[in-house]
Amino acid sequence: MYVAVKGGEVAIDNAHSWMSEIRRGDTSIPNISLDQISEQLTLGVDRVMSEGSLYDKELAALAIKQSRGDLIEAIFLLRAYRTTLTRFSYSKPVNTANMTCLRRISATFKDIPGGQKLGPTFDYTHRLLDFKLLAENEAPISPKKKYNDNKMPHVLSFLNQEDLMQNEKDNNLDPIDITREPISYPTSRSARLQALSRGDEGFLLGLAYSTQRGYARNHAFVGELRIGIVDIELYIPELGFEINVAEIILTECETVNQFQGSKIEPPQFTRGYGLVFGQTERKALAMALIDRALRWKELGEDYCGAPAQDEEFVISHCDNIQATGFLEHIKLPHYVDFQSELELIRKIRADAKVNMKR
Amino acid sequence: MIEKRKSWMSLLATSSQSDLLNLWEQKKIKVNYVWLRTPEIGSIMAQGRMGVTGDKFNIGEVTVTRCSLKLNCGTIGHSYVQGRSKKKAEISALCDALMQTKMSKEINKNIIIPLEKIKKDNKDKILSKAEATKVDFFTLVRGESD
Repeated sequence: MYVAVKGGEVAIDNAHSWMSEIRRGDTSIPNISLDQISEQLTLGVDRVMSEGSLYDKELAALAIKQSRGDLIEAIFLLRAYRTTLTRFSYSKPVNTANMTCLRRISATFKDIPGGQKLGPTFDYTHRLLDFKLLAENEAPISPKKKYNDNKMPHVLSFLNQEDLMQNEKDNNLDPIDITREPISYPTSRSARLQALSRGDEGFLLGLAYSTQRGYARNHAFVGELRIGIVDIELYIPELGFEINVAEIILTECETVNQFQGSKIEPPQFTRGYGLVFGQTERKALAMALIDRALRWKELGEDYCGAPAQDEEFVISHCDNIQATGFLEHIKLPHYVDFQSELELIRKIRADAKVNMKR
Repeated sequence: MIEKRKSWMSLLATSSQSDLLNLWEQKKIKVNYVWLRTPEIGSIMAQGRMGVTGDKFNIGEVTVTRCSLKLNCGTIGHSYVQGRSKKKAEISALCDALMQTKMSKEINKNIIIPLEKIKKDNKDKILSKAEATKVDFFTLVRGESD
């Protein structure tokens, strides 16, 4: 049992005051602005929005500044704020086929309608430190090219046509909302996808990697990865029609995995799906791999005891706010708990010594 | 009418706060109105579909501000806008109301059309930059045997 402590107010105030001073850093260096964070540390902002589960660039930038760049702390701040907001409604499902793509690639097909666009990527860089960035005021301008505004249909829809790909059917099921009801196991794919979309990037990366190394082996190809702007459509009851209330950047990843087939179905490709706020492709890719690994039961595959197949293990440990809350609370005073442990061990040892003498 | 209203409300909702405020303040439009619902900050839950076409699931929330007001002539304006700016919500609701009145030509010319242009330019920039990164990979034949 945890017994609370009292006192320490002055020390706590002073500690927070020092933390604020250190956060500001050397005052001869200009204070960092939220615009600078949201414009120049974009991917950090995107990670905080996705794991904070709230799309608001300004708030994510503020959280990063307040947390001194500790992204899990920033995610914590955003999650805490999120709980104070009135939930107006649910959007219509986003239509990612109409995405204005910054990037769109496929590792399975070379020639795809709409073309492969690399977009603003770190891929194919040499990962060498760029000392030119040490000089201030670099403002490179990238080239443009005339485009034709062709549709970019999803690459895997072509496999659907031949029935080589498992069709993802809309059964009109209402999704679980894990911010409204606690998860109980076994849970649904909708709850899993929501939890994964806001799950910790590092945890998901490690688990996805484990599936590639052979724990719940399911060899995945990246059927398609696209990053771009989508409209968020909302039905407005007082008007009786829908409008676009927001434009957000999403990263979507569809993997293609083999499926042996079952008694009732011939062999077919199956899909892992990742959809995440912001430009977050490592996370979306990891999410797709884990989504696929967790679908073993639905697809009639063997459970081989791999961590990535264990729904309860994955979902109940992928949330970094739950994890860090429980982990870090053990730093707080536990004097009385420990005192009782201490007395217990002294008593056991004393008894043991008496017994040994006998 | 509904299609047009959907279109201007969507544009107002997704435009940047600074673009809208700049255009509005340049015109110095004076209107009297009463609040039906003062600006309120909240969120909506964005949903996606499993594997693009399957069942729905929740992705995460997006901040939205809404308000409703009534002009002296009785016309009602609503707004649901992205972000947490009460000012943006207020001006959007005013524009929505004015677009239904005799002032619609003026609002359309000075606010809606310029915002459309900004949006079109942004989209054009993204698509033309993406086009410049269009890649044509070709597969190499391995040369170990004949």
